[in-house]
Amino acid sequence: MKPASAAKASVLAVTSGKGGVGKTFFSANLAAALARRGERVLVLDADLGLANLDVVLNLHPKVTLHDVFTGKATLEEAILPAPGGFSVLLAGSGLVEYSRLTPHVREQLVDIIGRVAPRFDRILLDTGAGISDVVLHAISLADDVLVIATPEPTSMTDAYATIKLLATQQGRRAIRVVVNQVSVAGEGRTIRNQLQLVVDRFVVPHLNGGSGEAVALELQGEIPTDPAVREAVQRRALLLEKLPGSRAALAVVGIAARMAA
Amino acid sequence: MPLLECPVRPEIEPTFSSLAGLQLDGALQLLQQSGHALPDRALSDDAWLQAVIDGLCELSSRDPLTGLANRRHFELTLASEVDRVARAGEPALVLMIDIDHFKRVNDAHGHQSGDLVLKAIAVALGECIRPMDTVARFGGEEFAMILPNCPPSYGQAVAERIRSHVNASPIELGGGEQVRVTVSIGGAFAPQWVRSSPLLWVERADQQLYRAKSEGRNRACLEQPMVSHVSAEEKGLLFGTSTFAELE
Repeated sequence: MKPASAAKASVLAVTSGKGGVGKTFFSANLAAALARRGERVLVLDADLGLANLDVVLNLHPKVTLHDVFTGKATLEEAILPAPGGFSVLLAGSGLVEYSRLTPHVREQLVDIIGRVAPRFDRILLDTGAGISDVVLHAISLADDVLVIATPEPTSMTDAYATIKLLATQQGRRAIRVVVNQVSVAGEGRTIRNQLQLVVDRFVVPHLNGGSGEAVALELQGEIPTDPAVREAVQRRALLLEKLPGSRAALAVVGIAARMAA
Repeated sequence: MPLLECPVRPEIEPTFSSLAGLQLDGALQLLQQSGHALPDRALSDDAWLQAVIDGLCELSSRDPLTGLANRRHFELTLASEVDRVARAGEPALVLMIDIDHFKRVNDAHGHQSGDLVLKAIAVALGECIRPMDTVARFGGEEFAMILPNCPPSYGQAVAERIRSHVNASPIELGGGEQVRVTVSIGGAFAPQWVRSSPLLWVERADQQLYRAKSEGRNRACLEQPMVSHVSAEEKGLLFGTSTFAELE
């Protein structure tokens, strides 16, 4: 655990390209796993257009980011405790007007992250699906970015497109990768290698006029397909709380350990 | 002036059985003054009124001096183009075009000559585009263009064509006087499968226009497009059978 007075939180954006690959499920359970290791963790629902962190966590927030944006509530009032021992800042559903990046939204996000950073060890930005201006902007505010994918071809293609965009547009040279819903042990490594192969062949030669700068895809771990996940989601509970001994829960705990190390 | 975020569609469509009691003098005067033919009185009341309203709509979307689309119309078109790009994934380009040292023309030849230059540039811009494109007077000596379905490989050529066409066309000011002006052009693509916003898109094109100005004017600068497309070659390698075979 970092000392309480240590500098600012490190900000990690969790993104996926394609929706429905378990991004919010992963963010919430990773936050719980990191909290168990003694970290002060905040999950910021940066999926401003179609947020569902509240649904995953079965929270019914009275105060959301929307109220902070519009000046109806203070930031302190909007930071809520979540089951699992971490904090959340929820966007609230129906914030459709924020699905487009106006300078106002941009400034608000920068401001809010700047204000909460000193109080936490780690901030997870749960971004929206797809690659919109808002998603790219949210990612640009993060120190690190983690791309979550499944072995499905559409998810892999979207993950690759996202990685390519982050390398070319944001100058990212290290991108973390988590593979969800793997059916065979080691499949995560295989997919990471395959993504790396294509990045090396098609993206790296075009960076900075072919200066040979590398883009490293760092596999953080793989999460097996596990019926326990569906059960937890249906019960609207954290996997780490309801079924902590499940294979998927143990995988998330392992990823948190590797990250905190 | 804030950009419109979405087109506004009126929800009430009134029907008139009689036009008596409507004050239409001002509207008809506006149409007449702008050179619109007044609707035929032989039309039914509803059709006649519709024609008046259509005329006013047309009037309110045009720039009176150049006859180009005005900024209001540009913003409506841009908003619908943003939607189209996000849905259809077609590449599209926005160009911001500014006359270089326009103040010097006004100072040296007077404002009427300045107006002639604006009109001539409007005509020149119109000659460079396809029917599907929109060219508008954005304000002052600044023009804006929306080019739907314009891939990055084509965009630079279009911008360059506009720049050189203006550069090569001297403008007659009357009395045998001629003036040559140049334009600086900034452009930004709406990245495919990305939902942008009209405001951000124009802002990005404006940044490129600023770059064109600071690099010496009479040039076209386009933002490097986002590389989000995944080619068949890339997919081939991504799903190459070799590595997956190891799992079997």
